[in-house]
Amino acid sequence: MEKFSKLAGIVACIELSNIDTDMIIPKQFLKTIKRSGLGKGLFYEMRFDENEKLIPEFILNKSPYNESKILVALDNFGCGSSREHAPWALTDFGIKVILAKSFADIFYNNCFKNGILPIKLLGEEIEKIINFSKNKFLELEINLKKQTIKGSEINLSFEIDEYKKKCLLNGWDDIDLTLKKENLISEFEIKNNESWLEPRRNE
Amino acid sequence: MKPQTIFDKIWSSHIVDQNPSGECLLYIDRHLIHEVTSPQAFEGLKNNKRKVRKPLMTLAVPDHNVPTTERRFGITDNESRIQVEKLIENCREFGIPFFPIEDLRQGIVHIIGPEQGFTLPGTTLVCGDSHTSTHGAFGSLAFGIGTSEVEHVLSTQTLILKPAKNYLINFVGELKKGITAKDVILHLIGKIGTAGGTGFVFEYAGKVIENFSMEERMTICNMSIEAGARAGLIAPDNKTFEYLKDKPLSPKGEEWDKAVEYWKTLKSDKNAHFDKKIDIIASSIEPQVTWGTSPEDVVSITASVPDPAKIKSTDKRQSAERALDYMGLEPGQKMCNIDINTVFIGSCTNGRIEDLRKAAEILNGRKINKKVRAFVVPGSGLVKKQAEEEGLDKIFVSSGFEWREPGCSMCLAMNADKLQPHERCASTSNRNFEGRQGRGGRTHLLSPEMAAAAAIKGKLFDVRKL
Repeated sequence: MEKFSKLAGIVACIELSNIDTDMIIPKQFLKTIKRSGLGKGLFYEMRFDENEKLIPEFILNKSPYNESKILVALDNFGCGSSREHAPWALTDFGIKVILAKSFADIFYNNCFKNGILPIKLLGEEIEKIINFSKNKFLELEINLKKQTIKGSEINLSFEIDEYKKKCLLNGWDDIDLTLKKENLISEFEIKNNESWLEPRRNE
Repeated sequence: MKPQTIFDKIWSSHIVDQNPSGECLLYIDRHLIHEVTSPQAFEGLKNNKRKVRKPLMTLAVPDHNVPTTERRFGITDNESRIQVEKLIENCREFGIPFFPIEDLRQGIVHIIGPEQGFTLPGTTLVCGDSHTSTHGAFGSLAFGIGTSEVEHVLSTQTLILKPAKNYLINFVGELKKGITAKDVILHLIGKIGTAGGTGFVFEYAGKVIENFSMEERMTICNMSIEAGARAGLIAPDNKTFEYLKDKPLSPKGEEWDKAVEYWKTLKSDKNAHFDKKIDIIASSIEPQVTWGTSPEDVVSITASVPDPAKIKSTDKRQSAERALDYMGLEPGQKMCNIDINTVFIGSCTNGRIEDLRKAAEILNGRKINKKVRAFVVPGSGLVKKQAEEEGLDKIFVSSGFEWREPGCSMCLAMNADKLQPHERCASTSNRNFEGRQGRGGRTHLLSPEMAAAAAIKGKLFDVRKL
């Protein structure tokens, strides 16, 4: 996984709650067997009309927001389906940080597996960011190590789980880490060797 | 010992390791996979030359992307076919058991798990699908995961997780006549909101839950995720054991007895700590139907479309306005006067045999409205076979429904079953998000009984008045 430490960029705000993963990446893009190239489907039904023509008013279609690395939204971002295609689409589009009042659990976890930093902020902090970016292009600098968000007139700190922070900073792969504990897993399997737990082979 | 909830008991008995900041390496007993969220996980395994640790702990079935019409000539959609073929190819390569599309046992992952006895009380069960919460009906700690975690489970049979908090959902008293499990869960979601359960595992309790059949309990647990909870749990009881006994993958003989003895201990202890509790008065629940684009946008069929102007929170008011605009509805419009033109009965929420029986009971001897396109998609090949043995297919077909092959179908509209823009559907599925059933399509979530009534009337209708 790519390391994440610092990032600066213009924020794009989508002032909605309950942005679900169907909205982030609609089903027609789920037929792929690859992780790459999903940026074209990001917020597809908001970015393109029925005739596949770009909707110029949508924020991510406008310059310079089409190159935003930081997305801002309201409550319960990423609710719904567990599809990891949602973070794949975001990162492929170039979005590496999401600021929101709250996140849905599965999406939140999926972000960390893909080098995306989801940051939970207070309602008033999100509103402040949204208000600032209404009047001018708001550029923010996110520092994961220091857990700070800085920009003109914005100076915030954020909470993050220690372990998740370490994984992002080092670009660690969870599976590699777990495979190092192979002996513990084997021990657990021997100790908990309940015969009823072993599924029978079909047929 | 400190009193424990069911969640605490299952969680603590599956901890392989724990780090100082609280993350646990949790052992996973059961893993279901399907064609849409697994190919990239297998690709990861192959790229890193990793093995599948315990192939028999995983069970695979194609469901999301399969056609529900004629299957004799295979899958015509190229991308769908490749995905389904890839699943089978990967399972063969890694020795994972699978049910191919032509197998009678093929169906929606969350229907076939219980049907096969793959789902068992006291186990941890995961799947790359958010509706994995369904299996909590059996007292299995079951939750949806992303594809990276699918790969993690395949490779290590574990996951790295922090424990959830406990939330007790207690139903007080009994339901009024004609109220279904779907009404109960929609009512709860309306009450606590789609983020009400974020960070929690629900435990459902009360007489209502005890009286429910396993099918009804599955409908309840299935939609836990729609209230933000990754998992929902119900204490296993005699109904649970009866359902699982003699299922193909259930333990047999002495192993069965030993298992049941253990399963009986999976109840929350008296005085166990819940971080949050809610009492829901069961008799206050009416038949529910959604009006908006989030499962929390729900009211009784006897009510009207809410007026956004009366909502105080700016954010919620704007959401409601956007939802009404998308749904093509006016504030104050009576729910029972909303015309529909499509009816979908199926999904992991309501695609089981009992659901089909209940819908068929309403449809028996009646015809659906002429302008309505209606179809039933059984949750699995075995549900379909059972329904046909009971003659339910004939009731559906003679009332004007189409009788289809099993799969996820128009719950997420990945296959050819979709709504056209502005088509309005009474659906027994679980999500009414914008575009969920097809771009511009308008979804009203409801029970199978209410879906059948809507098909007959050509509009949303209180099934109790039929």
